[in-house]
Amino acid sequence: MSDTQANEGGDRKVKRFMFVNRKAPYGTIYALEALEVVLIGAAFDQDVSLVFADDGVYQLKKGQQTKGIGQKNFSPTYRALEDYDIEKLYVERESLQARGLSPDDLLVPVRVLGSAELSVLMDEQDVLLSF
Amino acid sequence: MKFGILVNEGPYQHQASDSAYQFAVAALAKGHQIYRVFFYNDGVNNANKLTEPPQDDRNITRQWSTLAAEHRLDMVVCVAAGLRRGIKAEILAPGFNISGLGQLIQAGIEADRLVVFGD
Amino acid sequence: MAVLHTTNKSPLQTRDLESCLRLTRPGSGILLMEDAVYGALRSTEASARLAQAAKDRRIYVLGPDLAARGFTPEEVIDEVEVVDYGGFVDLVAEHHHVQAWV
Repeated sequence: MSDTQANEGGDRKVKRFMFVNRKAPYGTIYALEALEVVLIGAAFDQDVSLVFADDGVYQLKKGQQTKGIGQKNFSPTYRALEDYDIEKLYVERESLQARGLSPDDLLVPVRVLGSAELSVLMDEQDVLLSF
Repeated sequence: MKFGILVNEGPYQHQASDSAYQFAVAALAKGHQIYRVFFYNDGVNNANKLTEPPQDDRNITRQWSTLAAEHRLDMVVCVAAGLRRGIKAEILAPGFNISGLGQLIQAGIEADRLVVFGD
Repeated sequence: MAVLHTTNKSPLQTRDLESCLRLTRPGSGILLMEDAVYGALRSTEASARLAQAAKDRRIYVLGPDLAARGFTPEEVIDEVEVVDYGGFVDLVAEHHHVQAWV
């Protein structure tokens, strides 16, 4: 595709992959299995970013204690993302505000963007994976 | 054009797999290529050959198998999501193959468009 | 090249279409499929919202999903275009990428 970013020093394809997370964790498996795709995707040297919007922002809430529901707490994995060179984490401001949350409530540093700004960023992607 | 298709829901409970199938049929009819159909989340259940719906209902698994045979489709079931749900090689319907999530990323890279069907 | 968005939930029941509209830019295409087709009908609580969104976005509804649920193209608001699966394929090909609001 003409608008796919060229990779420096080679003709290997590098596409802009964006993972859009809009579902809360634990109630369904989507958040966990989306994270598993992200970790695998990191090995492909693509331009990867993650968006958290709607109830997806709850995936990043600090202080998750899952012992009582018998599920594994996978939230520490979000903190490990930077070890995989995944550093572009975006959270929609409107979604945070609607839930009474601030960036201080989140377990990783993120970039908070308003919906207008975020929609521009989403349009600039090549591959949108939503779970 | 080369399409990648991601199916994230199982058969019957949700329309996602039906929609993905109808999309694939229409795309092929228009002369497009399907680079790969990847089954993830509960979508891995689409590959279960033990599926046996009532006689007057469509057999979603068989539909996919038939389409794959007719058009040499590459249909990949995620190994991790499959193991989690008991979808293993011994119950795989014809045309389905088990492989890793890398095949999904590869489809994103190689296909011109990736279309997601989910809940 | 604009982006195509697909949504599959009834806007009378969930807020997915609202999120989709909030995060799509003018010029985008939006395809209502599966249970989202109810959002394209006249005289519902969602009709006015969709007609307004159609002012700067192209909105499509999947005809086979509409028919399956007992509605005809005549019952769809004027601002929405009815397409079949072939039309869905064309839309995907014509847009830069597809975002599913699942």
